[in-house]
Amino acid sequence: MRTVLKNGRVVDPSQALDQIADILIEDGRIAAILSPNSEQADAEIIDISNRVVTPGLVDIHVHLREPGFEYKEDIESGSRAAAAGGFTRVCCMPNTNPAIDSASVVGHILSRSAQVGYSRVHPIGAATRAMEGDQLTEMAELQEAGVVAISDDAFPLQNSETVRRCMEYCAMLGLPLLTHNEDKQLTHKGSMNEGGVSTMLGLPGMPRVSEDIAVARNILLSELTGCHLHLLHISTAGTVDLLRKAKAKGLNVTGEACQHHWALTDKACLNYNTDAKMNPPLRTQEDCDAVIEGLKDGTIDCIVTDHAPHAEYEKEVEFDAAPFGILGLETSFSVAYTTLVLTGHINFSQMVMLMSTKPAALLNLPDGAGTLKVGSVADIAVFDLNESWTVDRKAVQSKSHNTPFHGMKLQGKTCFTMLNGRKVEVN
Amino acid sequence: MMNLLTLRETSSDQIHYLLDTALSFVEIINRPVKKVPNLRGRVMVTLFYENSTRTRTSFEVAAKIMSAEAINVAIAQSSVSKGESLKDTLRTIQALKADCIVIRHSSSGTAQFAADHLQIPVINAGDGRHEHPTQGLLDMLTIQKHKGDLRGLKVAVVGDVAHSRVARSNIWGLTKMGASVTLVGPSTLMPHDVSELPVTLSTSLKQGLEGADVVNVLRLQTERQERGLLPSLREYSKLYGINSRTLRYAKPDALVLHPGPMNRGVEITADVADGLNGIHSAIEEQVSHGIAVRMAALYMLMSVPSSSVAQQMGDRI
Repeated sequence: MRTVLKNGRVVDPSQALDQIADILIEDGRIAAILSPNSEQADAEIIDISNRVVTPGLVDIHVHLREPGFEYKEDIESGSRAAAAGGFTRVCCMPNTNPAIDSASVVGHILSRSAQVGYSRVHPIGAATRAMEGDQLTEMAELQEAGVVAISDDAFPLQNSETVRRCMEYCAMLGLPLLTHNEDKQLTHKGSMNEGGVSTMLGLPGMPRVSEDIAVARNILLSELTGCHLHLLHISTAGTVDLLRKAKAKGLNVTGEACQHHWALTDKACLNYNTDAKMNPPLRTQEDCDAVIEGLKDGTIDCIVTDHAPHAEYEKEVEFDAAPFGILGLETSFSVAYTTLVLTGHINFSQMVMLMSTKPAALLNLPDGAGTLKVGSVADIAVFDLNESWTVDRKAVQSKSHNTPFHGMKLQGKTCFTMLNGRKVEVN
Repeated sequence: MMNLLTLRETSSDQIHYLLDTALSFVEIINRPVKKVPNLRGRVMVTLFYENSTRTRTSFEVAAKIMSAEAINVAIAQSSVSKGESLKDTLRTIQALKADCIVIRHSSSGTAQFAADHLQIPVINAGDGRHEHPTQGLLDMLTIQKHKGDLRGLKVAVVGDVAHSRVARSNIWGLTKMGASVTLVGPSTLMPHDVSELPVTLSTSLKQGLEGADVVNVLRLQTERQERGLLPSLREYSKLYGINSRTLRYAKPDALVLHPGPMNRGVEITADVADGLNGIHSAIEEQVSHGIAVRMAALYMLMSVPSSSVAQQMGDRI
């Protein structure tokens, strides 16, 4: 079967490509990139004039909630939300129930996501059994079953000895360790960033230093063990600085940022909006600026969503009692385009690099993820960069509605994605 | 005005109106027969998720003087542990035909939450460490009675400011009325960032009280010591306790306030609390003024416009 994506602007940083071209897809793979309006016999033609076409976006940090919390989200709704946001691959965090700490859970996620077919799903294994922070998981078996990394996300490891052992084991297997960086003693019962806004709202704060301290410890342990340390959801200027220094030193440390950590500040929590409650919390403008700077100068390697759905009734409670986490998959591309590209911080090709090429490379995702090079699997995203739209929390593919971007006007929207050269039908 | 949630969001005009109304009600509560018919047939429900004697009783007395029905719903635990969500509890009370809900809760923002989910007026009787607007108003009424105009006064708020909703309501209310506010306390009990608040800070009692017209002494929650925020109550008392000696740092005629209940011998000594030896203490007066202020709040939020009463009567005839 042959398909031609005709006359689109092809942006693929993996081969420094930004030009109007036709993409020929054969048997699910990129067969050729041709001059526009090429003549192709016996091919299905999809005209994408005035659209951009990129390698499918890759989000290495989502929570799909299955198994265990299907009332918030499941693999079907979550991967559909991913497709709606331009993602062809997502990596799901292990804080499910049961946690992703056994080959059978990995197998379930892989088979279920393949069956659903909206986007590819790569599971991330838990660092410790049941994410309890004690005994290491059987990481070799998890790796064989298909996990692409190990993480303690949502249950940050507090014991430095455990982190060390975990890194040693990950380093042996060549698995990256993805850490949620938080000193729980310092965040205590905090529910938002500690600062002027938390003082005004009378909410217990989570100081920025609680992240910085954990980051510093984890970087030192990475240096000791040689493990590839990847810092999840960087939210503070301090972390950006520590990561920059670690990279300058040549350490095997990388990092990611979520759209809300540069596009929103803790002021979004005014009126006790629980849709603006996540962990790490929204910080200050100074931190947002540092994150943007980190994205610009390459200190921060990729953009992720930390897509974390919660049911309406769970969020419709006292701010203290509301769970941490917000949606991300369906707004990420547009938020990044509106707040990073249209503002001139980075160009569109850099944005695609941060949202596809680099995250795919960081976790060594298979089958030519994050590229449109000839021979790669045809996982593709097509966007309309001219379309303006307003985020409506009710109009989402996700099962949940907890987005702080509700009501925000954004530019750039997903037209469709393709998996294996086949158009994904979201609706 | 639909609700009384914070003094931060209450305009100075509204504060003026509430204080003037409360002042006129002070006369009523001093009558031998304390009853006016203004809120006859109206129902106030107090929904308290935290223990409280004085605030709840004060609202109840205020409602009864105004001839409203006062129903008390006390829930010892927070809604989370109880099973029913706060939203469901609130909507149930509304469906029970309450005309106003007075809510106290240990989580900041709960009063706002209630207002967001209800059509009936909500009065915040204290939400977490956020605000306690009727306490702020009664403090202002008391200061006004003793000092006249609030403009230009210097008020020192002493103690556990970080965890205090009384402090926040004082800060917004007083500064809107033209007073200045200094927060005094140990650094472990001070907010870490006051960039959004119109205040000055001092960790020295001597400096903080200098030139103060009013000293508002906050209650020290003794569990703060257990959490490691204080070395000992003894040291706290030594550094920040208000006694006849430390009170001399303030102006000679300084007025002493305390929201109660007091830990005598910790944040305040008995002679200061009781106003002995020429000390100007208005602590008991604050309690009485609390009734007047709450009457004013209920009156403003619950009274039925006379035209709609006439309409109803007309319908019946």
